[in-house]
Amino acid sequence: METREQIFDYLQEVFDPEVPVLSVVDLGIIRKVEVDAEGTHITITPTYTGCPAMNVIEEDIRAKLTEKGINNFDIKTILSPAWTTDWISDEGKRKLKEYGIAPPERSSPDKSLLSNHIKTIKCPRCGSTDTEMRSFFGSTACKALYVCHACKEPFDYFKCL
Amino acid sequence: MSDATAVNKSLLNYLLWLGDSNLVLGHRLSEWCGHGPILEEDIAITNIALDLIGASRLYLTYAGELEGKGHTEDDLAYLRDVMNYKNCILVEQLNGDFANTMMRQFLFTAFSYHLQTALLNSTNEQLRAIAEKSVKETTYHLRHCSDWLIRLGGGTEESHKRTQDAVDNLWMFTDDMFEVAEGDKLLVTEKIVPEMATIYKQWEATVKQVLDEATIKVPQRSYMMKGGRKGIHTEHLGFLLAEMQFMQRAYPGAKW
Ligand SMILES: [Zn+2]
Repeated sequence: METREQIFDYLQEVFDPEVPVLSVVDLGIIRKVEVDAEGTHITITPTYTGCPAMNVIEEDIRAKLTEKGINNFDIKTILSPAWTTDWISDEGKRKLKEYGIAPPERSSPDKSLLSNHIKTIKCPRCGSTDTEMRSFFGSTACKALYVCHACKEPFDYFKCL
Repeated sequence: MSDATAVNKSLLNYLLWLGDSNLVLGHRLSEWCGHGPILEEDIAITNIALDLIGASRLYLTYAGELEGKGHTEDDLAYLRDVMNYKNCILVEQLNGDFANTMMRQFLFTAFSYHLQTALLNSTNEQLRAIAEKSVKETTYHLRHCSDWLIRLGGGTEESHKRTQDAVDNLWMFTDDMFEVAEGDKLLVTEKIVPEMATIYKQWEATVKQVLDEATIKVPQRSYMMKGGRKGIHTEHLGFLLAEMQFMQRAYPGAKW
């Protein structure tokens, strides 16, 4: 029987279909892995309620575990505590930046978001802070669209949730 | 009827109202897909539509569980007729121009934001979890449509006029969001849901604050149309459902 650590290693090979450099472990959506006499129990949580990738992610986890010869497992989805970008691992944040997506800068949206407080985001390409938010909503639910005035390139910012 | 049964029945009603309101507004917004005024906005509107449909799925799934008749979220979304839809009538109103869409979005989102914030203290664990999940997204929505109204209101004469027209036209549907059903009283006593009067006050303050900043006048109270939770809708909902439910009606049980 696999250990909990082995299961985590396997899950490191399952990637977010929309941000393919991040594994589901880096992304922080694996909330619990338990291995007992009855099998392997995995608990995941959605990033965004309407994220179309969630079904794909669950299927990908199934496929990966099956490929590794594990057949006796179940996957449960929980909503609470709600996923936050704080759960993206440091390794995950580094990978995001390398991939050209600015990693989330502070935790969950709160009232400050409603009172015109927008944090300066560093361009992931040239490092300049001379950037401007173009839209809170980017190519996927989890990203906002920025443009860098120094290198003139647009970039995605993984917005805080 | 035992207390637990009465609570369940009232909660089911409440969940359908929330689920339907999010679903219908999400569907309306999806009609903008490919028609947004600029690419970024096209993407933003469809992002918000997805969030709303996601929230609706959570409410309807829970409603199906409470109902205990084996109905899934899809059964509830695709197989109920217009009289059984409980959404507030504001959200079924046509998109109109962009100012109208943003105003409708704002009036609902300000309400939804305060309601979800209150539901974070619900004694019902599942309702609390759903609120915890969706209020973060709603915060972004509220910011987004408030920003637009401020830009449109303070923009050109034309954009200001359209924004003022939008709120004038939609105002008569706003009271309907705060309608309480008979069973709500029980839910309030059990601290499952907040008192609607409190949400109304918070909503009113947010609306006033943003419209003031947008230099748009808050309309005077006049005739208010109500009835969404009772299944009394404007003519627009039937057409929306006809489109949304077509596949499941024509090909029952069809799957992707
Ligand atoms: Zn740059």
